[in-house]
Amino acid sequence: MLTGYMVVSALLIAIGATGVMIRRNFMIVLMSLEIMINGAGMLLVVMSYYLGNVSGQVMFIFVAAVAASETAVGLAIAVMMYKRKKSVDVNDFSILRK
Amino acid sequence: MKVILLFVILTPLIGFLINGIFGKWTKPVAGIIAASALGISFILGLFPIIAVLKGHIVEYTYFTWMPLKEVVVPFGLRVDYVSAIMLFVVTFVSWMIHIYSNGYMAGDRGYARYFAYLNMFVTAMLILVLGNNYLLMFVGWEGVGLASYLLIGFWYEKSTAADAGEKAFVVNRIGDAGFIIGILYLVYYFGSVTYSNVFPRAEHVLGYGSTAATIIGLALFVGAVGKSAQFPLYIWLTDAMEGPTPVSSLIHAATMVTAGVYMVARSNAIYSLSPIAQEVVASIGAFTAFYAATMAITHKDIKRILAYSTLSQLGYMFIGVGIGAYWTGLFHLMTHAFFKGLLFLAAGAVMHSMRGLLSIDLMGGLKKYMPQTAILMVIASLAISGIPPFAGFFSKDAILGKALEMGHPIIWIIGEITAFMTAFYMFRMVFNVFYGEEKVPGLYHDLHTHEAPKVMTLPMWVLGILSIIGGWVGIKFGSHIPIEWFITHTAPTTEVAHEAHYPEIVLMGISVTMGVSGIIAAWLIYIKKIITAERIANTFKPIYTLLANTYYVDEFVYCCIVKPFWWVSTNFLWKIVDIILIDKGMVDGTGWIAGRVGKGLRVLQTGFVNNYAYWISLGIILLSSWLLFVKII
Amino acid sequence: MDMNQLHFPILTLITFLPLVGAVIVAFISEEHEDLIKYITFGFLALDFIVSLPLFFYFDPSTYQMQFVERVPWIQSLGFQYYVGVDGISLFLVLLTTFLTPLAQLSTWKAINRKVKLFNITILLMQTGMLGVFISLDMFLFYVFWELQLIPMYLMIGIWGGPNRVFATMKFFLYTFAGSVLMMVAIMALYFLHHKFTGVYTADMVKLMQSPLPYHLQLWLFLAFFIAFAIKVPMWPFHTWLPWAHVEAPTAGSVLLAGILLKMGTYGFLRFNLPMFPDMTHAFAILIIVLAIIGIFYGAFVAMVQPDIKKLVAYSSVSHLGYSMLGMFALTQSGVEGSIMQMINHGISTGALFLVVGIIYERRHTRLISEYGGLAYLVPVFATFFMIFTLSSIAVPGTNGFIGEFMVLLGAFLAKHIYGILVAFGGIFSATYMLTMYKRVFFNKVTNPKNLGLKDMNLREWLYLVPLVLFVFWIGIYPSTFLSRMRVSVEHLLKQVNRTTVVEKAKQEQALVKTVVVKKG
Repeated sequence: MLTGYMVVSALLIAIGATGVMIRRNFMIVLMSLEIMINGAGMLLVVMSYYLGNVSGQVMFIFVAAVAASETAVGLAIAVMMYKRKKSVDVNDFSILRK
Repeated sequence: MKVILLFVILTPLIGFLINGIFGKWTKPVAGIIAASALGISFILGLFPIIAVLKGHIVEYTYFTWMPLKEVVVPFGLRVDYVSAIMLFVVTFVSWMIHIYSNGYMAGDRGYARYFAYLNMFVTAMLILVLGNNYLLMFVGWEGVGLASYLLIGFWYEKSTAADAGEKAFVVNRIGDAGFIIGILYLVYYFGSVTYSNVFPRAEHVLGYGSTAATIIGLALFVGAVGKSAQFPLYIWLTDAMEGPTPVSSLIHAATMVTAGVYMVARSNAIYSLSPIAQEVVASIGAFTAFYAATMAITHKDIKRILAYSTLSQLGYMFIGVGIGAYWTGLFHLMTHAFFKGLLFLAAGAVMHSMRGLLSIDLMGGLKKYMPQTAILMVIASLAISGIPPFAGFFSKDAILGKALEMGHPIIWIIGEITAFMTAFYMFRMVFNVFYGEEKVPGLYHDLHTHEAPKVMTLPMWVLGILSIIGGWVGIKFGSHIPIEWFITHTAPTTEVAHEAHYPEIVLMGISVTMGVSGIIAAWLIYIKKIITAERIANTFKPIYTLLANTYYVDEFVYCCIVKPFWWVSTNFLWKIVDIILIDKGMVDGTGWIAGRVGKGLRVLQTGFVNNYAYWISLGIILLSSWLLFVKII
Repeated sequence: MDMNQLHFPILTLITFLPLVGAVIVAFISEEHEDLIKYITFGFLALDFIVSLPLFFYFDPSTYQMQFVERVPWIQSLGFQYYVGVDGISLFLVLLTTFLTPLAQLSTWKAINRKVKLFNITILLMQTGMLGVFISLDMFLFYVFWELQLIPMYLMIGIWGGPNRVFATMKFFLYTFAGSVLMMVAIMALYFLHHKFTGVYTADMVKLMQSPLPYHLQLWLFLAFFIAFAIKVPMWPFHTWLPWAHVEAPTAGSVLLAGILLKMGTYGFLRFNLPMFPDMTHAFAILIIVLAIIGIFYGAFVAMVQPDIKKLVAYSSVSHLGYSMLGMFALTQSGVEGSIMQMINHGISTGALFLVVGIIYERRHTRLISEYGGLAYLVPVFATFFMIFTLSSIAVPGTNGFIGEFMVLLGAFLAKHIYGILVAFGGIFSATYMLTMYKRVFFNKVTNPKNLGLKDMNLREWLYLVPLVLFVFWIGIYPSTFLSRMRVSVEHLLKQVNRTTVVEKAKQEQALVKTVVVKKG
């Protein structure tokens, strides 16, 4: 039972990570990030239930809140990016390198 | 008495504060304030002196200055047989010179500042004299050095004056370093620097002839060499003549420069334990006495002649304290304060009426214009030449007599030769300035040369009288000499090892002969002109050049010490070690390496977010596999 | 056990009052520059007044921390908000509250850009500096240590001279490199203490009794040594100082010389000496040699500087050399002298930077060759300058002498040669200060640009006179200060000289070995 949940979590994280790595559209990258966070969050809830300790669930509430704010910030950045360059391709924003 | 003694110091201090802080407003009366402060100080100072005469030692502690664990340094004042004489000399001569300065400095822009400094000097000098411990003496010691620095550089717009002040301070600091080392050793051995604690225990703690006594004695003497301008630290004193003449008189002749002699006499308990230290003191004194006299012979500047003569006379004092006859050194210190103070004041009077001209080549026949000054100058010159019954005779004779008595015949011979030279160069100056014909016709008329005002001649007369009678305390009354009896209460003469008796009258005769023949020689050359000075100079050209250039010591110091020092500091320490090696090399080098490494690693920074994410994931995978597979096993 | 004779969180008040001021100033519009200056000065002056009870209620008879406040901060980790002062830190706290308002007063005309930000910076810095001196929890200490770095960075970087960017980078990176090492050492100390005692604590008073083994003391000592030696700065870690001083605005220089450098020496007294006594003894000679080199090297290099501020900066290297020498002489008067020297250096060098700032404000140059004959033009100013010069070259009667003599004595009693060598340092300090003074104030006025110079105004009087008073107060009656540090220093030396430590360390070492062997 537990293994199944853990596999799902791992899959979610892997999918998210792959998304972050291979996609260049910032919106997709953000979504992939969300998936990763939710994968981790799911693991928290599952382990909390499994260990009979609520702190995992409490932690998930935190994570959810942080994820929400992070998305808000991320979207705001995306809007700013679009305003600057009319593009949300992350590879267009490598100016920091120079 | 406790309060009175404190106020001996406080009155000049108050004078200093008034003139120093409110100088702008007190300017018209600054001289009066300063002189009356000194008058009060002198009168108050008489009370403890009388108490000492009655046989008491006056000592009070006011507060604890430095309560350290290893040594507690009190602020206390002490008047005993040694300091009573200094107290009298310092307050009295200072008072006279303050009065004189009222006339001499009249109309100067820094009138108030001048008197503030002068009062500050007296305060420091009194702390030096009256302090009941070495550290307090050191406070005065540096304090007078500071006052001297300020007063030498009083006319700071002259670059020579500013340089001379700095030179005086720095050279004195060399001596002070020695002094402070002496104090450190005292703390180490005695756990105290208070006289009343150190001296009675000195023999017990250090032991006769011990290395410790020698080290302390020599270290303290380094301080004395600096302050009293003995060889080789004498170089500042002649330059110090850039200051106003009353300052030269007070600080660089009568009081401050004698501090070293006072210190050695004060520390007699320690010096008596170390024959080596005594020998060094006496030898340096004798050498300086002779060496400085040779330089005085060729100089043409009145004040510099007097400055070299001061060096020479200080040498005599060090002979006195060095051979162990401490009272003779102090005795000569006292008479010297009178006549040398007077000589400088007279020279100041000449300068005053000659608008600052100093060269004896420009003067001559000045007696007609300045009769009083001429008489006073002659009195003082007779005194310094050791002609009875003038003051200098008794004190110089006492020193030389003791030197022979205690088995230092070489020092005695040097002293007698120097006595001849002293008489010669003094009267060379007197004859050249006051007698003979005017060397530059019409100069006096153009300068309106005239006798100095009363406010200046009066203190000169007082010192003149003392230059005559001041030595009479050295005449034997019955079985003992009054001054010896007075001082040796606390400063016992070292027991004479080789009891050698020479008929006193013969020794006196030799001394007097030396003085008189010096005067006659000067008279023959400069008045009778049997042989002109130029011819002598030409005959002994190399020696003359050497002397006239004061042995090239200043040049040597500049070329071989000062200049290399600056060069090394600038070009090596600063520009190479500091800027290149440490800053550019070590410090910026570290930064440069970091920069290079960063440049190398920059390849990894593609700027593409995906790449970063890839590296992060790889890192996580590697880390977790390490944790999973390596750590657990 | 904790001692707070006032039953009032006075140290917190002193430390955070400037922060309150900063917040208030932040809400004032940029346009009201005068109001900002007054409020800032008001807060700083108030802070000084509030700090006075520390002096009056201080109990000189105990080495215990006083005015202590202790509040749990992160309980599970053993961090606390734990503050207090003893005889060592008391005068550094007072020096800070005393010097900062004077420094602020000197900027009223000199700073004319971003006045608001500048005043906020000063207030923040005050909080940071005070925090360092009162913290008794080492993490708190570290927080404050870093906190004051940022305002100083801004101060040089924004209001500094033409080369300010380079100077700030150098200052920041150099001191930060030290800080990072210190952070590592603090954490190591924290964990090692746990290892040997089973307690997680950051309480510095407790850590001073920590039974650390010999070989571990070495690395910790070195890490702290480098962190503090950079801050002091000791030769050869000093090269950031001339840069920072030359580029910093007057107030920045005053605070940098007056207080920030003291944090280094204070760190030595708080960490290196009591916590690593074995290493202190082992490294004493090395540090003394560096200190003596610093004394002479600083003096020699100062002698040939063309820039007044650089000269004073190098003189700081020399003066703090005295402080380090006295400290590692490990004798009572040496350590007391070292603390006195810190206070004196704060007063006289702070004052020298203030007076240099006064002419800089008028002429916008600090090159000695640009001046000459100033004594004729600005006599009052020349007098003040002279007083601080004398204090800097340790003429008896001024504060400088007390500190130098005590250090000399302490060093001499530790080993004669130290005292004898350093006694000659006075010659060179006189040389460089007086040569500079001569070239600036004496001779004829040659540069026509100086002719219009104005003498000091009321505001300048106001901030120099208190310093003059202290110069003479310490010089004439140092008992006020010495009596309050006596017991604390005695205790410190007792900690440094705990002889059992070495044996204990050996035992511990043996224990560790057995444990390792067992594991193996």
